[in-house]
Amino acid sequence: MSFVLEVRDLVVNYGKVEALRGLSLTVGDGETVSLLGNNGAGKSTTVDAISGVVRVTSGTITAFGKDVTNAKPWDLVEMGIIHVPEGRRIFSRLTVHENLQIGGYAVTDSSAINQRIKQVYSLLPRLAERRAQQGGTLSGGEQQMLAIGRAMVAGPKLLMLDEPSMGLAPLMVAQIMDVVRDIREQGTSVLLIEQNARSALRVATRGYVIDSGVVTIEASAEQLRSDPRVVEAYLGK
Amino acid sequence: MSTDRTNRPEQPNASATNRTAPDAVDASAFVNAVDNRGDTKVALAGSGLAPGKPRKVSPVSRLISHPWFGLVIVALAVALPFIDSRAYTIRISTDALIFVMLAVGLNIVVGYCGLLDLGYAAFFAIGAYTSGVLTTTFGWPVIATIPCVVVAAVIGGLLIGGPTLRLRSDYLAIVTLGFGEIVRITANNLEFTGGPNGVFGIPDFGDFGLRADIATYWIVTVVVALAVLASARLGRGRLGRAWRFVREDEDAAEAMGIHTYKVKFAAYVTGAIFGGLAGVLFAVHQTAISPPSFNFLYSALILMAVVLGGMGSTPGVVVGAVIIALLPELLRGVENWRYFVFGVLLIVLMIFRPQGIWPHRVGETPAKVRRKPMREDDVEVVP
Repeated sequence: MSFVLEVRDLVVNYGKVEALRGLSLTVGDGETVSLLGNNGAGKSTTVDAISGVVRVTSGTITAFGKDVTNAKPWDLVEMGIIHVPEGRRIFSRLTVHENLQIGGYAVTDSSAINQRIKQVYSLLPRLAERRAQQGGTLSGGEQQMLAIGRAMVAGPKLLMLDEPSMGLAPLMVAQIMDVVRDIREQGTSVLLIEQNARSALRVATRGYVIDSGVVTIEASAEQLRSDPRVVEAYLGK
Repeated sequence: MSTDRTNRPEQPNASATNRTAPDAVDASAFVNAVDNRGDTKVALAGSGLAPGKPRKVSPVSRLISHPWFGLVIVALAVALPFIDSRAYTIRISTDALIFVMLAVGLNIVVGYCGLLDLGYAAFFAIGAYTSGVLTTTFGWPVIATIPCVVVAAVIGGLLIGGPTLRLRSDYLAIVTLGFGEIVRITANNLEFTGGPNGVFGIPDFGDFGLRADIATYWIVTVVVALAVLASARLGRGRLGRAWRFVREDEDAAEAMGIHTYKVKFAAYVTGAIFGGLAGVLFAVHQTAISPPSFNFLYSALILMAVVLGGMGSTPGVVVGAVIIALLPELLRGVENWRYFVFGVLLIVLMIFRPQGIWPHRVGETPAKVRRKPMREDDVEVVP
């Protein structure tokens, strides 16, 4: 399997604090890889480092065969690596439709943008109903869907979702995960950061458990679901 | 997820659920309704409650949002000398128009892009002095100085924007505040800028066989009208959208592939050019310029026009600028109390209309989307 993303021995420091201490992971073409771990394990730091938001101290990040260590966020977007940040970060004073248009900012072909916006509306009909509404008036789950929809308009080859289930009702989480599955079925590779291991492992093909900035377990989603360490720490008995 | 699981006879149920959902218990019933009946149906039923629906448009706002409204205003401005040709009227109107150009320029920086610039008068001064020195000391015609003014304004913008735009806007505010003062004090101390006396005897564009002040007024009107049009168009274009995204959330904009530094730079330099060109008009109109014209109070007044009118809204900023420029003149009747009344009026206005006189309408969607009523079959279902 060819790798879409390959992270090798990644070290990231926040001042004197070592957030990542030699983390390595790969995302294969068409895979949905889940990154599990507790608060402070380094999940978000990993995606932030990949998307160029935080600086990498050492280690390499390779995407689509190119070295993208410490590349700028806009260059990564151009390559098709789209990051849906933690906490959704939608534009609350702009309408749903405008929010989706932002996703296409880096795309110069406007007919492609409109085509993708249409696709997003059919994938997420609730957004279509609310397209003239301000983003801030949506519910938390709808906002998350908007954030994902916005990323889809950018035409991702690799989509990185940072805790899409955060603060959502279980029903909503299930819907979001359905969307993630739909996205994977369209052939997009997904890197899914989650604390909610149960629902993440339901859609993921493979997973990593990270703790204190290093990978402690790497296995297929099926194996992780039955791994006693994962069951005890994240799934409950 | 598709919309076709909804069927017509269920609509009354859905809307009934929605209508009887006043408290938390029924709110969960609403969630159930969404799941049982499909979200499209319930969203449709609830769309009457949803904000962002086309509101009732009053005749006044329909009139002022008509595309010809701007044209009528420009026609009135052009016709002014035929209505009232007193030198005083022409003079304060020219002043007001130049102030409009400044406010529209600052609106690009502050309103569109959200960069707080507290020293905007610096670019105004750079434009006025560049033009003033070139025309008086070197005897250039005013028109020929314009390219130099643009270059000087851009250099000023690069000098200040270059290092500071990488930072967040609080720092920019401090640096621009300092920059404004540096430019004024430099002009005050240099030999070739005339020191505290400034530059005088600046020629006009020519009188074209008209009364000189009216000729200048008409030229200013045309230039300012073009500037207002240009800034409105800039705000609607691709760059304008990028400015708004950066203003709303810089991090999210960056995550969506917007080169935030470049975009902020574009706003700052564009604003600088507008300021510089307004400076040329000012120099020509005043025929004499001196450092005190470009003090911090002036920067603050321009900023006030932007905030008062409605940040990011071109028509609003034009109205704000006209008010700030003309109100002190209209209040001449109350003599010594003039600036006191002016201040009180501004405070009152800000209390009752904090979003500005004519705010930028949020939730603007392409007209074709908004005009269409929401229907289920609007959504194309991709199988």
